[in-house]
Amino acid sequence: MSERAQLLLPIADDELVLGWRNSEWTGIAPFLEEDVAFSSIAQNEIGHARALYQLVADELGTTADELAFDRAPEEYRCSQFAQLRLVPDWARTIARHYLYETADAKRIEALKASDDPEIAGLAAKIEREEAYHRMHAEMWFERLKDEPRFVDALEELRPLVDVRGELAADFAELWEEMTMVRRSVVGATW
Amino acid sequence: MIVYEVFRQERKGQAFAHAGSVGAPDSSFAEAYAREQYGRRGESVALWVVPRDAVLEIDEFVDELQKNYHRVDGYPLKEKLKEARERAGTAAPSDR
Repeated sequence: MSERAQLLLPIADDELVLGWRNSEWTGIAPFLEEDVAFSSIAQNEIGHARALYQLVADELGTTADELAFDRAPEEYRCSQFAQLRLVPDWARTIARHYLYETADAKRIEALKASDDPEIAGLAAKIEREEAYHRMHAEMWFERLKDEPRFVDALEELRPLVDVRGELAADFAELWEEMTMVRRSVVGATW
Repeated sequence: MIVYEVFRQERKGQAFAHAGSVGAPDSSFAEAYAREQYGRRGESVALWVVPRDAVLEIDEFVDELQKNYHRVDGYPLKEKLKEARERAGTAAPSDR
């Protein structure tokens, strides 16, 4: 696999898995407006994953769908921290959201400076949406920053931001759910 | 939770129209939620987000003496326009 694919795949995997995890709040977020906002963020993340997978897929001669849903669990390179199932713990969910968006901002910034025009162009597009994700994460951070539960959650999750390689125990179940109805399943009619 | 009324402008220069409301704990949340619900599909070029308490509502209009001559419905313009058009020999815009 090329260096470029190795750079982009972990990011795409992070966005897909985190989008998936955040979407688990759809319908059960603390209140309706937040439900709409958080679901929309989750949807954006999955959209970013799709665009990143597409770049890699063009290069590897495969499709974004196959990269997203047809790999074996051990081939995913997402951060452990994105894999955790945090429903129904809102404090930890927001702590992860805040830590992720902060870390992601630096990563997107680096991609924007890439010599590869496709990568730089996509990063610039992604950044325009991420700006709102950060605004959302920061307003929650401001609101919860003195809450002991939130402070504990930040402490617990911060060391996990860049832990890759080994999959979290939660991932196997997520992978099953995520790939259960994938298009390549024999006999699928959707 | 504070209720914020949201007004949206569809195109530059157009009047803002009431779009709906969002509940939010403060104005920064209200901004985020208003963006999500009334702006993310490109349906607005601008939003006004106003705490409902800031809206001065007036819903009582006293007309004890029934001064209906203040109202335009006392003047049936339609008939007069039709007559005037006939005199001038021009059709109403919709008939053209």
